[in-house]
Amino acid sequence: MEKEKRSRTRLVPLPSRALVPDRDAARDPVLECINLGITLGGIKAVEDFNFTVGRTEIAGLIGPNGAGKTTVFNLLTKVYQPTTGTILLNGRDTHGMNTMQVNKAGIARTFQNIRLFKNLSVADNVKAAMNNDMRYNMLNAILRTPAYRREEIAAHRRALKLLSIFDMQDIADVRAGSLPYGAQRRLEIVRALATNPSLLLLDEPAAGMNPSETAELMDSIRKVHEMFQIAIVLIEHDMSLVMNICEGICVLNFGHIIAKGTPDDIQSNPAVIEAYLGRNREAK
Amino acid sequence: MRRLINLKRVEARRIYLTYFVVIAAYVICQTMSSTKMMSSSMRGMLVPICAYMVMAVSLNLVVGISGELSLGHAGFMSVGAFSGVATAILLQNLLPFAPVRLAIAMISGAVFAALAGFLIGIPVLRLKGDYLAIVTLAFGEIIKSILNNFYLGVDSAGLHFSMLSDTTRLLPGGQLIIRGPMGISRIMKIATFPAGFILVMIALAIVFNLVNSRFGRGFMAIRDDRIAAESIGLDVTKFKLTAFVMSAALAGAAGCLFSLNYSTIVANKFDFNTSILILVFVVLGGQGNMLGSIIAAAALTILPEKLREFSDYRMLLYAVILIMTMLITNNDNIKAFFQNILPGSKAKFQKEESDA
Repeated sequence: MEKEKRSRTRLVPLPSRALVPDRDAARDPVLECINLGITLGGIKAVEDFNFTVGRTEIAGLIGPNGAGKTTVFNLLTKVYQPTTGTILLNGRDTHGMNTMQVNKAGIARTFQNIRLFKNLSVADNVKAAMNNDMRYNMLNAILRTPAYRREEIAAHRRALKLLSIFDMQDIADVRAGSLPYGAQRRLEIVRALATNPSLLLLDEPAAGMNPSETAELMDSIRKVHEMFQIAIVLIEHDMSLVMNICEGICVLNFGHIIAKGTPDDIQSNPAVIEAYLGRNREAK
Repeated sequence: MRRLINLKRVEARRIYLTYFVVIAAYVICQTMSSTKMMSSSMRGMLVPICAYMVMAVSLNLVVGISGELSLGHAGFMSVGAFSGVATAILLQNLLPFAPVRLAIAMISGAVFAALAGFLIGIPVLRLKGDYLAIVTLAFGEIIKSILNNFYLGVDSAGLHFSMLSDTTRLLPGGQLIIRGPMGISRIMKIATFPAGFILVMIALAIVFNLVNSRFGRGFMAIRDDRIAAESIGLDVTKFKLTAFVMSAALAGAAGCLFSLNYSTIVANKFDFNTSILILVFVVLGGQGNMLGSIIAAAALTILPEKLREFSDYRMLLYAVILIMTMLITNNDNIKAFFQNILPGSKAKFQKEESDA
């Protein structure tokens, strides 16, 4: 695998002994999962999942198909309620919260199979995500009062600004369902960002993209990371993307963590090679 | 690549066209009616048509915009009808000026229907899809049964009501307003066509303005993808309840307008058939398409009257025409034909095509 010549981030331990990038060592982690687990239909889909994400870390979650990566995302966003363990988001226990409340608390996500609001325009997809920042009530909306106009104009400006990260401001009035595949994936990221998250979960953002689109996506993720200074966790099968962009990587297999560390650690870890990467190398 | 359509422009054009068509239709009907060019049977249908238009627009907010099938919409119409008419009767001596009394009656009908919508919405909107549809049907029937057994009277001591049988024991000089299965009779017909027109315009303005706000975006986002809507922090139950209550309120105002056009109303008038009739307006006019609902409401209210000359075959023909219309409006070739002669709606067709 081709290694990029770029200085790797050093991972340092927090008081809890979880590893985060050195720049985040002085701050509390954005996410801490402690012994997280879920049983789905009698099968332990995820078990003993201990995972910490630093304040501005880009972390990767990898593993073979069916390892439980998306299940972890669904646990974090409370699509499933965990059967065991604790999730601390910004130091707060999310026990008993639902998907909506978790989003308000700071987690935004994208989906493996794109879930856009297909019949809404691109701008409206983004503005729908800003609903919780908007204060005007129904009477304001029906009577089109100045409060309505002010907030709508502000929301539209902000939507265009967010869309411009991915150069999508010119197609703001297009129906989201009619966009090409890559643009739909990018729009999902913009929509997630519009909710002001402190942790962004990307579920296979590069799925179905060609190498040049993937490279573009990688730049965009870095740009988002720099602009918003948020933590990003991504599930991805594209190893060049993961190894290039992620600072800490966590490898899942059959619902268990089999390795954690920097990209270099992971690539030389025998357990990972056996479970996952090894086959790729032999094929080459 | 497909040509990308500017949704905003298409949407704005559709809204102005809807207002324009409604105003033009009003002006034409009003002129025809005042110059005696319109038959008296047609004149008598103007107010019911307005009421059905508002019903169709309000149901479209739930079915088309918010994406939930509701089969009990006539229930809200009857709540609005009974409470509105009762208000009008109570105010008869206080407010001799009929238009003001009509307005207050409609507001009262809307408020009571909204309350009913809120109470029913809390349990119903926890369900999804088919289950929700069946439960709304049941609640529509429950409202009908309650109103069939409801007695309301007024005397010098105030308002009295009772259920199942008349135990209001009114003082001499008192008046029994709602008489259970007999409904309300001797209603002063104060509903007028201009009032109906104003109500249609208000309903359209409310629905269009709501759709183009954070509320409308929420309704449509939840309709398009509930899981994604939750993931961006939208409170699904709250949004659905908002749409449901707003729709019930408009239906209540329409029900009030409708019944103030007749001298007698009974709860059985607002049964399951009426709910289905309104749903037919929405489906025929196009879900989410307000102009379509309005045209369908008008056409399907006039049609049975126009078919009277076929006497025994009237409802048969009505059904055949309905089936043919549904088939034709869903045929791609015929749609394409109409798109070619009507250049303005080309964009809409492409939009639908790209769904496939």
